[in-house]
Amino acid sequence: MTINAHPELPEFDYIRPATLEEASRFLSDHAGEARPLLGGTDIFVRMRDGFWHDKYLVDVKNLDGTDNLHFHPTAGLTIGAGVNMNRVMTMLEVQQYYPVLAEACRSVASYQLRTRATIVGNLCNASPAGDTIGACMLYDGVLKVHGVDGYRDEPLKTFFLGPGKTVLKPGDIATAIQLPRPPAGSTGTYIKLGRNTWSDLSIVGVTALGSREPASASGYSFHVALASVAPVPLEVPAVHSYLSENNITPEAFIEAARLAQQACNPIDDVRGSARYRKAMVKKLTEKALLITLDRLEGRE
Amino acid sequence: MAQHAITLTINGEWEQVVVPSQMTLLQMLREKLARTGTKNGCMAGECGACTVLLNGEPVNSCMVLAVECDGMHIVTVEGLMQDGVLDPVQHTIIEHGGVQCGFCTPGILISARALIDRNPDPSEDEIREALVGNLCRCTGYLRIVDAVKDAAALSRQAATL
Repeated sequence: MTINAHPELPEFDYIRPATLEEASRFLSDHAGEARPLLGGTDIFVRMRDGFWHDKYLVDVKNLDGTDNLHFHPTAGLTIGAGVNMNRVMTMLEVQQYYPVLAEACRSVASYQLRTRATIVGNLCNASPAGDTIGACMLYDGVLKVHGVDGYRDEPLKTFFLGPGKTVLKPGDIATAIQLPRPPAGSTGTYIKLGRNTWSDLSIVGVTALGSREPASASGYSFHVALASVAPVPLEVPAVHSYLSENNITPEAFIEAARLAQQACNPIDDVRGSARYRKAMVKKLTEKALLITLDRLEGRE
Repeated sequence: MAQHAITLTINGEWEQVVVPSQMTLLQMLREKLARTGTKNGCMAGECGACTVLLNGEPVNSCMVLAVECDGMHIVTVEGLMQDGVLDPVQHTIIEHGGVQCGFCTPGILISARALIDRNPDPSEDEIREALVGNLCRCTGYLRIVDAVKDAAALSRQAATL
């Protein structure tokens, strides 16, 4: 086998439609041989490595508002499909109201890759390791999708079907991710365990989001999502239930972390073994919950 | 194979180029326009040797299609020197001995310039974070980080003159 360290991109046709209607129609008419293009940071790697052989890449950046990044005090945040991660993480309202999303963006690759990488692309690529997916799920993200029959909403909680697989069909273009405004004072963290501090893909990723919740028995609401430890990005509802019903103590966080560990189903791969990942899910979930509580209490 | 006629500026000069769909910005710079200062390292967006400014922001030029750059402004390492005077990042990386084999240097200079443009007084941590996407196998980074720190100071001095 010959290894080419510098493979060029295979031949394809670059298509730049004038409207979303045109783009959806083209993608639908060429099902199986055309793919929507945003930043390309996953697509080009997959094509160079010989995994994808699309005949057409359809550039959907700059179409009908896909370049918009907008915060509305009641409706929340809308991130257009073409908006890059650096733009998202430096927006003041994102830092103020969606700090976990900003933290997750910052963990992705490098500054220059994030100039191209997009949140919506990260979602649609549907990698179980996607760094920004957990935050978007916990912030109750809903994708706005344009298909051949017009617009519809796709909640993230039912969006992922498997590694690289989503509910999107040929002709569908995710045009934006909408994140409702979170409860006042909500905060959290994203802990990414990689082979180095920066820039690597995650071995395990833990997103935690917390807020005060007077209606729950504990007085708090905590949510946890896990990356790289299941076929899909995984929210763990058992953590939320347990920490809503029980007093918030260090022991409760240990039990919640055990529930997260129980919920995940990792594999062995080049970045880490399943056993190691399971152990780290428990450790890092506990740590993420402690950090979240400290931030909620203003101790950090 | 579709060909596209595009117009863009490279280091302030307008260029008209015809490129096939799958040609990257990196290939266009090196193979069509003979701007070989920008290096081809990994072709996977990891090493940063191909970093250029696209409309003022650093990108891995191996991860951008040339056709996507129609109407845009590119700055490569060849465009850092102004009127025969080295950019402060070029000057200080020489002063500090931050170049050994030199292959990563064009990308490092562009990332450093972009960092100082958006943050005129970066801390050491901020410099290291900004250079995460620029791998150097020779220097161990210490001299590069020192050089960027000094370049930021020089740039601030120049701005107040």
